[in-house]
Amino acid sequence: MTVHELRTRPGESKRGDASDGAVLADQVGGRLSRIDGPAKITGAAKYAVEQQLEGLTHAVLVQSTIAAGRVRSIDTAAAEAAPGVLLVLTPDNFLPLKTATDWLGTPPPDVTYCPLARDVTFSGQHVAAVIAESFEQAVAAAALVKIAYDEAPAIVDLSDPKAGDGIPVDAMTKEWGEAETAFAAAPVRICNAYNTPREYQAPMEPHGLIAKWQGDQLTVWEPSQWLDGMARTYAEWFGVPFENVRLVSPYIGGGFGSKAFAYGYGAVAAVAAKMLGQPVKLAVSRPQTFTAYGGRAATRQTVALGANADGQIQSIVHRGVNETSVDGMWVEPLGSVTSVMYATPNFSSRQNVVRVNTVVPGALRAPGENPSAFGIESAIDELAYEVGIDPLEIRLRNYAEQDPEAKKPWSTRQLREAFAAGAEAFGWSKRTPEPRSMRDGNQLIGWGVAAGTYPVRRAYGEAVVRILADGSVEVESSSIDMGQGTYTILAQTAAEVLGVPADNVVVKLGDSRYARAGVTGGSRLAGVMTGAVHKAATAALDQLVGLAISDPNSPFQALQANTLVVAGGRISSPRGDGPEVSIAELLRSIGREHIEAKGDTMPANSTVEDRYKNYTTIAMALPHTEGDYSRHSWCAHFIEVRVDEDFGTVRVSRVVSALDSGRLYNPKLAESQWKGGIIMGIGQALLEEGMVDRRHGRIVNNNLADYLIATNADIPDIEVISVGIPDPHSSVLGGKGVGELGIVGVAPAIANAVFHATGKRVRDLPITLEKLI
Amino acid sequence: MRDFSYLRAGSVDAARQAAALPGAMLLAGGTTLIDLAKCGVIEPDTVVDITHLKGLDTIAVDDRGATIGALARMSRVADHADIKSRFPAVSEALWQAASAQLRNMATIGGNLMQRTRCPYFRDPSNFPACNKRSPGSGCSAIGGVTRSHAVLGTSEACIATYPGDLAVALVAFDAIVHLGDRQVAVDDFFLLPGSTPEREHAIEPGEMITAISIPASAAARRSTYLKVRDRQSYEFAAASAAVGIEFEADGRTIRGLRVALGGVATKPWRARAVEEALKGKVLEPEVVRQASLLAVEGAVDHGANHYKIELAPRVVARAILKMGETA
Repeated sequence: MTVHELRTRPGESKRGDASDGAVLADQVGGRLSRIDGPAKITGAAKYAVEQQLEGLTHAVLVQSTIAAGRVRSIDTAAAEAAPGVLLVLTPDNFLPLKTATDWLGTPPPDVTYCPLARDVTFSGQHVAAVIAESFEQAVAAAALVKIAYDEAPAIVDLSDPKAGDGIPVDAMTKEWGEAETAFAAAPVRICNAYNTPREYQAPMEPHGLIAKWQGDQLTVWEPSQWLDGMARTYAEWFGVPFENVRLVSPYIGGGFGSKAFAYGYGAVAAVAAKMLGQPVKLAVSRPQTFTAYGGRAATRQTVALGANADGQIQSIVHRGVNETSVDGMWVEPLGSVTSVMYATPNFSSRQNVVRVNTVVPGALRAPGENPSAFGIESAIDELAYEVGIDPLEIRLRNYAEQDPEAKKPWSTRQLREAFAAGAEAFGWSKRTPEPRSMRDGNQLIGWGVAAGTYPVRRAYGEAVVRILADGSVEVESSSIDMGQGTYTILAQTAAEVLGVPADNVVVKLGDSRYARAGVTGGSRLAGVMTGAVHKAATAALDQLVGLAISDPNSPFQALQANTLVVAGGRISSPRGDGPEVSIAELLRSIGREHIEAKGDTMPANSTVEDRYKNYTTIAMALPHTEGDYSRHSWCAHFIEVRVDEDFGTVRVSRVVSALDSGRLYNPKLAESQWKGGIIMGIGQALLEEGMVDRRHGRIVNNNLADYLIATNADIPDIEVISVGIPDPHSSVLGGKGVGELGIVGVAPAIANAVFHATGKRVRDLPITLEKLI
Repeated sequence: MRDFSYLRAGSVDAARQAAALPGAMLLAGGTTLIDLAKCGVIEPDTVVDITHLKGLDTIAVDDRGATIGALARMSRVADHADIKSRFPAVSEALWQAASAQLRNMATIGGNLMQRTRCPYFRDPSNFPACNKRSPGSGCSAIGGVTRSHAVLGTSEACIATYPGDLAVALVAFDAIVHLGDRQVAVDDFFLLPGSTPEREHAIEPGEMITAISIPASAAARRSTYLKVRDRQSYEFAAASAAVGIEFEADGRTIRGLRVALGGVATKPWRARAVEEALKGKVLEPEVVRQASLLAVEGAVDHGANHYKIELAPRVVARAILKMGETA
């Protein structure tokens, strides 16, 4: 099915595309426009650091200018004497904090935590902070903080001779069959290295927060992909109960994985607010965002494919390396797509991490799967040329009918359908196989294909659904909406269950006082939260109908019905033989202010500790291969590039992607998410690269003029096609992950298209012009 | 950003007097000044606002040429019908520069005063050594990340690329910078770094750009600005070329040729050797390609920017050939 944009019907502009055939916008699966859209477009949406607070003060960070060594001394005299300065924080006067539990739930060591460094392990590490009455005063005074260092040699990056081979990560090892032997014996062998550079999330809204203490109660306004996880971190830092910390994050201007944790600058603001007894705002500057938290780790992979002459894979030998920091551990799982995409009797994947002087890397859209796909999906394209088979055909010949690693059936895998639908819409059959065989004047034209996948990450959720006296409905959850559509799909879910228009549903998110929620990451939130809201709304409906049937003052009381129907906000009997009243009228007659239900999808015997762990760590997450099935979303990208033969510039001129995310809760929003991922993938393939000055171990293009992300002019029309079917094993309502999937496979599809256009195989991202001239 | 005094100049003379004081800087569109103040590169004591001065934003075009007031916004000049028809390279250079928002703010005078995008120049706290910022302190760029640095006109003191587009077109067509009564050829207005990279423009304290003028020419009328970069918009040139051609009556033989390069040199770079080599020649692709190699005579790379030496002649050749096609 090709997805079409339908025209908005008059009077329904608020709802956007009113229907997608039979599905009403008010129901799950309808094309309701984002209900938070108008607030964002008009500027009415107030973001975390835009809160106006009485007595607000301003903190500015001072970061290290060396990559390794020790802070010898910090001279704060001039800064302290500067106008408006209230406090200068250094490691010497910082409040001793406790180390917090990490996101995996690992108990912390009993050591003091200080986010300001004495021992410097990367350039751009926080060393001091200045708090002043105005932001400008704090900026001016921050420049007066004089730091003296004893500099030590730094390990700059993966190619530094001092870096070595790194540390093996045994948990990443995957082996079956006799991979090395089978590779050596294979008639066709290819083996190449694929590299990706440091990449950054670059959200439009930079990071920052406002921290305010009242006694031992801390309120933090901060953009967050995980309110309860971050609240736990703040609580543990300060040794106060979890309930004493309130995180508020009503809107998020892009996260892409970077806003799921409380970082060191958050501790700085919260400590300053405590020491001053005044609220403190700390806005991380754009250049500082490049080192205040981690982007995607630089990666290197070697992919060896052994195959028969007909292109059938006999063995895959994969070795990966990603960089991590000197004292932190980030593993970017480079074998994640390698092990599930193709059927092979022999397989080996191992991974090392290498410590270098960088901020500890972090999550960036599809961590692991994204660089992993660049390796395997480039390699299979190389194999296709080696054996002279169409790149699409070779993928079908090696189609994995079950999970080759887990040896379990797929819950659903519409990848074959994705290849077929994408190829048809793209016109793949008209492709001429030879490199440099398609051109338009100076433009060499290339067509490339690549597949992508992302596992279904499942967890438990909870929600409160309230039916109010006026018949409207409230949904509450401490989950968030960073543009992906949580507000909208939860309204649709509640509306469908309760039989009310979506306009009558108010969704409240982004406050840790609401019903708890786990992390918004790994494409899990929509599946988790639609399930929780569905359950809570069903419980509320049961209460409503129960009261309507049994309450002595109910107009239905005399009917002695077993059940009642709620539709369009009105209640009636299924046979239509009794009264019909609105929800508001019923509540009035039975004297109820509201009906409230809390629903959660936790196992029935869950303890309080289980719940706390589920919402504040990822320790309770269910593996995607749990039980009888292996669960993933899938996609196939078909991409046309135009490469200027003289200049080496690459322009993406056409994208057709077919994707299997199972059932779509709202196709309009899912399409937007897929397209967003594809757009980000185009930037990753062609533009994005943190450039390291090797003498200083420092990223020098730390701003949005020099760290290039794709602009509108770089993006052609993108056609996305949904090939998913409801997957009951993946979520309550049948959806699989959406947000991470779109980017996976875009970079190799572009690299493959560039090879088809030019005959040059670029195995190092990004594909900039000097690699092609 | 350090505190500064704000002064609103009442007249051009008052602005020049105020700007002559030590630590004073003129404020027009502000797109460079505020950016560099936030980076800590410039720390003015006084900012002299000239944005409201009357009569400095006019665009006048006649048969002798164009005169553009210093306060005319980039977007207005780019969109001006007579600039588009008589100086297409100027219009094209402007609309391919920066972003729409910046073009709506930035002025023509301020554009000429745009500073380099060298990342070492722009980050004083991490890279104290910069001969442009503090003469004699050294050059942090040499030996560093040099992908965007210049291959022409460099010195041991500085390899920073002149980043702009407009001035490349202006240099090609012999434009004049008006500093009140004094006039300077654009080519002379931009200075090579040599041993004094801190001096970028031939402008003295107390002087102010009031206008630029571009003489009319047949070459300017048949001209183009070709900008090559990885990102389709909002990126500085990897290499660019402003080219104008005048043909003999046969429509094939080159009577006059103007070529200037951007993105590869320490100043807007007139490529006279290419112009001379092709004068009197019939426009043939291979001849043009060979002659275009002269554009990078004497080029010196610093590793990662070597591609510019390959790229720039190809950009020049494409631009010349494109102008030939329209003959």
